[in-house]
Amino acid sequence: MTNSTNTALFNYVLGLADDALILGQRTSEWCSRGPFLEEDIALSNLALDYIGRARMFYQYAAQIQGMGKTEDDLAYFRDEREFTNLVINELPNFDFAFSIVRQYLLDVHACLYLEQLSNSKDQRLSEIAAKAIKETRYHLKRSETWVLQLGQGTEESAKRMQDALDELWGYTPELFISSEAELALSGEEGEASIAVNRESLRHLWLERVTAHMLTSGLVIPEQNWQVVGGRNGDHSEHLGHLLSEMQILQRSYPGLEW
Amino acid sequence: MKKNNDLYEVFLRSIRGVDHRHVGSLHADTPEQALTYARDCYTRRSEGVSIWVVKSCDITASQEQDAESFYDPMDDKPYRHASYYVLPDEVDNM
Repeated sequence: MTNSTNTALFNYVLGLADDALILGQRTSEWCSRGPFLEEDIALSNLALDYIGRARMFYQYAAQIQGMGKTEDDLAYFRDEREFTNLVINELPNFDFAFSIVRQYLLDVHACLYLEQLSNSKDQRLSEIAAKAIKETRYHLKRSETWVLQLGQGTEESAKRMQDALDELWGYTPELFISSEAELALSGEEGEASIAVNRESLRHLWLERVTAHMLTSGLVIPEQNWQVVGGRNGDHSEHLGHLLSEMQILQRSYPGLEW
Repeated sequence: MKKNNDLYEVFLRSIRGVDHRHVGSLHADTPEQALTYARDCYTRRSEGVSIWVVKSCDITASQEQDAESFYDPMDDKPYRHASYYVLPDEVDNM
């Protein structure tokens, strides 16, 4: 493997790890604050799935980097600008509707994404994807049901769902922009590659999301604004706060175990 | 959304070949949702290979005050027990 491929692979895997960790950490904030006990446990379970996924990616990233660092070094000792997660993952939970709509949009995306990643030329990535897609199909089943239920629920629930969709919509284009690393690891069209071509997922994603939103009585907003830049370390003001809470223990007591 | 006030009983089969056992209950709006919550609440440490959920209100249960008529008549009929038969050694676990 050449040096530049190695760097691209590291950046690619790190981006996937950051996406999973930040969404997992964000979702874990629901723990003890869920709308009722059963949903609270389900949300905490979801958060743990993402943190488990993050670990697999960080462990691999640390190995590719080959500098003797661990998954914990990558998760706890990098600053805001070094995190390359997509912005949609770091947005605050706001309310249950917002969390559910975000999860639904990301679950549809993750299903498509992981299906392709499971065919990656990189064996480790294809194994991680094959493992993660099982839980993602379950996540989608859950979030899909909630979108339908709240979209067709009361006037209040439908309004909150529509507000959430309107707010989140501008953060979805970033899901379909390939980073430099991803481009470097993508083959020609139809050829086996290491990374997934994000652009190629857009059509199917939009089709599925649009159909389900229609069934749920929600309206797909006009795409007249967008926020991008997470992969380059350009984040919203919310990421720093999330990181400070997540990292404080390791920053205060480096290497602490429990 | 109506308030989620339906109570469901959860039954788990822990390994292949054994019976489903009652493990607890939970609240959900629909049977499908009850099934997903059962998965999240009762199987996260690999406790099961199969889940049943049933609405608690669909269960007809015996009542405490029926105990006398239900069970007492059995007390003086020891001949209903197999303990009077001598079992061959080959038969285990009776």
